Amino acid sequence: MIREHDSVIVRTVVRALVPFIQLFALYVVFHGHGSPGGGFQGGVILAASYILIALALGRAELDRLVQEGAVLVLGALGVLIFALTGALGPVLGAPLLDYEVLSLPGVHGPEARALGILIIEIGVAIGVAGALTLIFCRLAKAGEGEGAP
Amino acid sequence: MSVLLNALFLALLVILAVAAVRVRDLVGAVLALSAYGLVLALTWAGMGAVDVAFTEAVVGAGASTVFFLATLLRTVRTEQVRLPRARAASLAAVLLLGGLLFLATHEFPSWGDPASPASVHVSPRYLRLGYEETGAPNIVTAVLADYRGYDTLIETVVIFTAALACWVLLWRPKA
Repeated sequence: MIREHDSVIVRTVVRALVPFIQLFALYVVFHGHGSPGGGFQGGVILAASYILIALALGRAELDRLVQEGAVLVLGALGVLIFALTGALGPVLGAPLLDYEVLSLPGVHGPEARALGILIIEIGVAIGVAGALTLIFCRLAKAGEGEGAP
Repeated sequence: MSVLLNALFLALLVILAVAAVRVRDLVGAVLALSAYGLVLALTWAGMGAVDVAFTEAVVGAGASTVFFLATLLRTVRTEQVRLPRARAASLAAVLLLGGLLFLATHEFPSWGDPASPASVHVSPRYLRLGYEETGAPNIVTAVLADYRGYDTLIETVVIFTAALACWVLLWRPKA
């Protein structure tokens, strides 16, 4: 079990830092169009913020913030967002993963594709963040593990 | 990037890779692997592959390190199995194979060669029409999310499957 870190400096800095890390994760996801990064990297950063909480503030704090079952559902939801966005194409008579079917009034052609990319990036981010947080939750299960490094 | 810096990074990569395998203290080995990921990310960034560098930094240097350390919580810290002493025959085989692979690298197109097979197939079309067609200025995003959307979709499924497998394998009913 990962306990709360002994140093008050570490705990305070992590508490202060986590919102900014999460903000940066969102920035990376939503600016994937124009700058390096995207759903995958943003999702990993988001998961890292929760892992950091567990490492510095203890596993109990992470359990207080997120439930494992909810994280699993979120991971599945991310994949589902991607798959359903892709499946809209065949439903509306276009190839699979053709985002041009997302055309709205005033949004068509490349703009619709950009919108599709944004939606699937959000899906990837939710899926990856959920998956990585879930793996960490399982590996560092509370009350288990004998040898502590 | 200067040749000197590149040489330094590549030398560091070799040293860290050997350290990650040979160090008996597993926490040390994990940290060597993490440093390897970081230097590799710097190398990618120096080559202009910023998206790859970003992924390597967050996954190779970050997330996988934490996963390894979390796994060590469940087991022991020192490596129990002693690596056997290298025998002359196996050493010769490794050197021979390594030499062959090294020779084969001369057949590779040089870095950034516009005439290399990877640069003359679909890449020029993506580079020319990517922004027009997808509205994404970052060509890497355009390729990952749109042109090669299948790959990214399945990749996301793979990551979720890995998490699911972890969840199921490490599940223990409360006794």
